[in-house]
Amino acid sequence: MAKLTIGVFSSLVGSLSLDFAVKLADAAVKKGHSVDFWVSGNATMLSKKEQRAFKDYSALQKTLQELMKTGNFQATACEACAEARGYHKEDTMEGFQRHSMDWYLASGFSADRVLHIGGD
Amino acid sequence: MAIKKIAFIVKSLPYKTEASRLALTHAIASQTVEIYLEDGDNVEPVLAFIGDGVLNCLKDQKAMNAYGVTSLEQHLKNSLLLDLKVLICKEDIGKFSLSEDSLIMDAEDIGGETKANIVPFSEIMKEMESANHLMFF
Repeated sequence: MAKLTIGVFSSLVGSLSLDFAVKLADAAVKKGHSVDFWVSGNATMLSKKEQRAFKDYSALQKTLQELMKTGNFQATACEACAEARGYHKEDTMEGFQRHSMDWYLASGFSADRVLHIGGD
Repeated sequence: MAIKKIAFIVKSLPYKTEASRLALTHAIASQTVEIYLEDGDNVEPVLAFIGDGVLNCLKDQKAMNAYGVTSLEQHLKNSLLLDLKVLICKEDIGKFSLSEDSLIMDAEDIGGETKANIVPFSEIMKEMESANHLMFF
């Protein structure tokens, strides 16, 4: 099975790109592929824990936690982008990693495909 | 041992969004990617500016004065200092009536030896076709 690296730069609220990317990752993992999921820029909002689910907005925490349990999915937030937005380590969802941008490039190195989904 | 080429294609305006800044910082991050890879493996970055993105290459940016943030000029010079391959689309600078003199073509003032290159879009296409992965910003 293949390895997919997905990089997303859009915010969780205000765009449906991140919602699409997580659902794509979910579909890939269910097919037996592994997924590395990188969030940078405004997409680091995804890593924030204790987000309240409103029906007007995408709520992806539950999906992410289920994906993490599979062992075929790892999510990583750009640490600098997160810190710049006030999302500190203690604010990060359990299981969500934080690294610098070289992690994304290294993940892409060994990926069969990289899907880079740009931001606003 | 393998080298994978990643093409960072910048088509966004400077400062309007974070996109071009993230392109430059991700491209520069290629310089430390080895810590995650096996010995001998590495990433070869190519940074290309097309469309509105060529405006990121204008000289004498005053971002620190205007916004209190580092300029994209500084990031571009850091890219050249680190010997990244930097391409600027010839046709697109023509559309904005920009001359080479108005663009950041080197980083000599900070000790860089590598120069940016103004090339036809066809050459940027060749770089994209030969890249393992494309990242559009």
